[in-house]
This record gives sequence, structure tokens and C-alpha cells, in this order.
Amino acid sequence: MLALDFPPINEVIRWKDLFPTFNKVALIACLAALIGSAIYILAARRDPMVAPKGARNLAETGVEFIEEQIVMQTMGREGLGWTPFLLTLFIFVYLCNLPGIIPILQMPATARMALPLFLALIVWITYNVVGFKHNGAGYLTGMLWPRNVPVAMRPLVGLIEFLSNIVLRPFSLAVRLFANMLAGHMLLVTFALLTNAMLFAETKQILLKPMSILPFFMLLFLTVFEVLVGFLQAYIFTILTGVYIGLAAHPEH
Amino acid sequence: MESLALLIAVEEGLAADDQKAANAAIGAGFAYGLAAIGPGIGIGYVVGKAIEAMARQPEAAGMVRTTMFLGIAFTEALALIGFVVFILLGL
Repeated sequence: MLALDFPPINEVIRWKDLFPTFNKVALIACLAALIGSAIYILAARRDPMVAPKGARNLAETGVEFIEEQIVMQTMGREGLGWTPFLLTLFIFVYLCNLPGIIPILQMPATARMALPLFLALIVWITYNVVGFKHNGAGYLTGMLWPRNVPVAMRPLVGLIEFLSNIVLRPFSLAVRLFANMLAGHMLLVTFALLTNAMLFAETKQILLKPMSILPFFMLLFLTVFEVLVGFLQAYIFTILTGVYIGLAAHPEH
Repeated sequence: MESLALLIAVEEGLAADDQKAANAAIGAGFAYGLAAIGPGIGIGYVVGKAIEAMARQPEAAGMVRTTMFLGIAFTEALALIGFVVFILLGL
């Protein structure tokens, strides 16, 4: 009985327009961009000579995290110039993921395909341009045929490498972020609805109402889990961007 | 009992459109379930091996962890594509 009341997916993720062509998801994306910029503009205004606190402390932690955990791990020292780009990506994706667990907002902006797809397209263009810039036309041949591939195998290997580098990379980058956030959102919706349905069910079974504490605890646990997932997905998106750029610049490693 | 009666009622008066929707729902269930098998095994293997490596050589834990997350991300993509297909069929 309870399961039959589950709303169709469009009702869960499609929001009414606040005003034409602008709904809550767009609002969250704009807010994420504004808040992210605001933190770093505030931080940049502080005097760099005194010990950091407040916004500057947060900003420095972010920069340090990107430099040590992502750039140094994927591209090494020569990739440090990419820190601003990766930092922007990370902060934006993270701030878009976070509203999934903030009351009232309750919607990760990345749970709609438009945002991850656009970010993945930016990454795709970036790493291809970097590849051509560093290796010239050798980028294409280096990408299609890794060293020491026998001539007879070249058509097959070339096709597989082409598909995996050009088509599957941006697709899986976008789908990974989108599907993770959508799945988390659907899980939260499911347990919230279940708690609600059990608590307000019109039935003579007296045990049903106290039992609604179980899905409620599950809801709490999943909310904590979503904090972790939101961070992890932003991290994975950024580190994969770093890996792709590093591979495009120096295909031999 | 209620659900059984409902099931019988559904069985009797099922229009062609409903039949199609029911098939799509069953297909969606299978799509997600089957897509979860391989990545489930794969992620277990990746994480298990990573833990083994970290236990053997704790000073390399940072590097192993980064690589582990990369491996998980690539493996997980297959399950997530299954999830997307599940949503698409469920519509």
C-alpha cells in the first residue's frame, strides 16, 4: 500500500519555475557560484602577513587540499599551474552537491543532467586543447596507438582508444556525478516518504506509528552518508579532471 | 489479502499500454540488478587490495588511497549507467 504512493520521478526532481526559465536548481547553481567566489574574494582581501583566520583560513585549506591531494598526485610539480582551474571546479561542484542535505533547499543542483554535462564538456575541451598544445598532431596518434602496438592490431586498438578517450570519458564523467547525486536524492526522498506514510497512516494497527522511527533513523544515517558522498564526488570529479589533463599533456606516463 | 485481490484485478483488466508499462518496470528492475553485480565485485576487489597494500606499507597509504578512489570511480561508472537506464525505463 505504502509503496504504491511513491511519486513519479518528474515530481521528485522537477521544480516549479520561480520566474520563467529560472527554477530552484538554477538558483542553487547561481548561489554556489556566488558563495564560492565570495569566500575567495573575502580571503584575498586579508593581509597575507598575519596568521590566517576565518574565510582566509578556509580558502587556504582548500588551496592546500587541491595542491597536495590532487595536483601533486596526478600531474606532479609542473601541473601546479592548474590549481586555480581545479579549485574552481571542486568548490563549485561541492557547493552544488551540498544543498541536497540542507533543509529547505533539499536538492543537489548536480542531480539534473544539465550541470554535470556542461562541466564535463568544459573538461573535455580543456584536456583536448592541452593535448594539442603540448604534443601538436602527435597527440592524436599518441592517443590512438600507445607505444609498441603491433601494426596488425592498430585498427582495433585505435578504435577502442578513440572511443574511450573521446566519447566515454566525458560521458562517464558527467554520468558519474549526476547518477550519484540523483541516487542519493532518491534515497532521501524514499525514506522521508516512508516515515511520513507510516506516521500518518490511517490504520488500526497500533504498532505502525512507533515503527516509523526505523525509517527515520535510516533517513538520519543517509543524510550523514550524503555529506560524505557530496564531498567524495566533488573530489573524484576534480581528480579525474587532473588525471585527464595530465595524460593529455604527457601521454607517456 | 488486499494486495492479492489487487494483483488479480490487475491481471484481468490489463490494457496493452499497462502491459507495456509493466514490462518496462520489470525490465528496469532487471537492468539495475544486473548492472550492480559486476561493479559490486569489482569495487570489493579494488578496496580489498588497497587495504592489503596499506596494511603492508602504511607509508604509501596516501598514494594508494588516491589510486583506490580512481579505481572505484571507474568501476562504479558501470553501475551508475545501470541506474540511469533504470530511471529512464521507469519513466
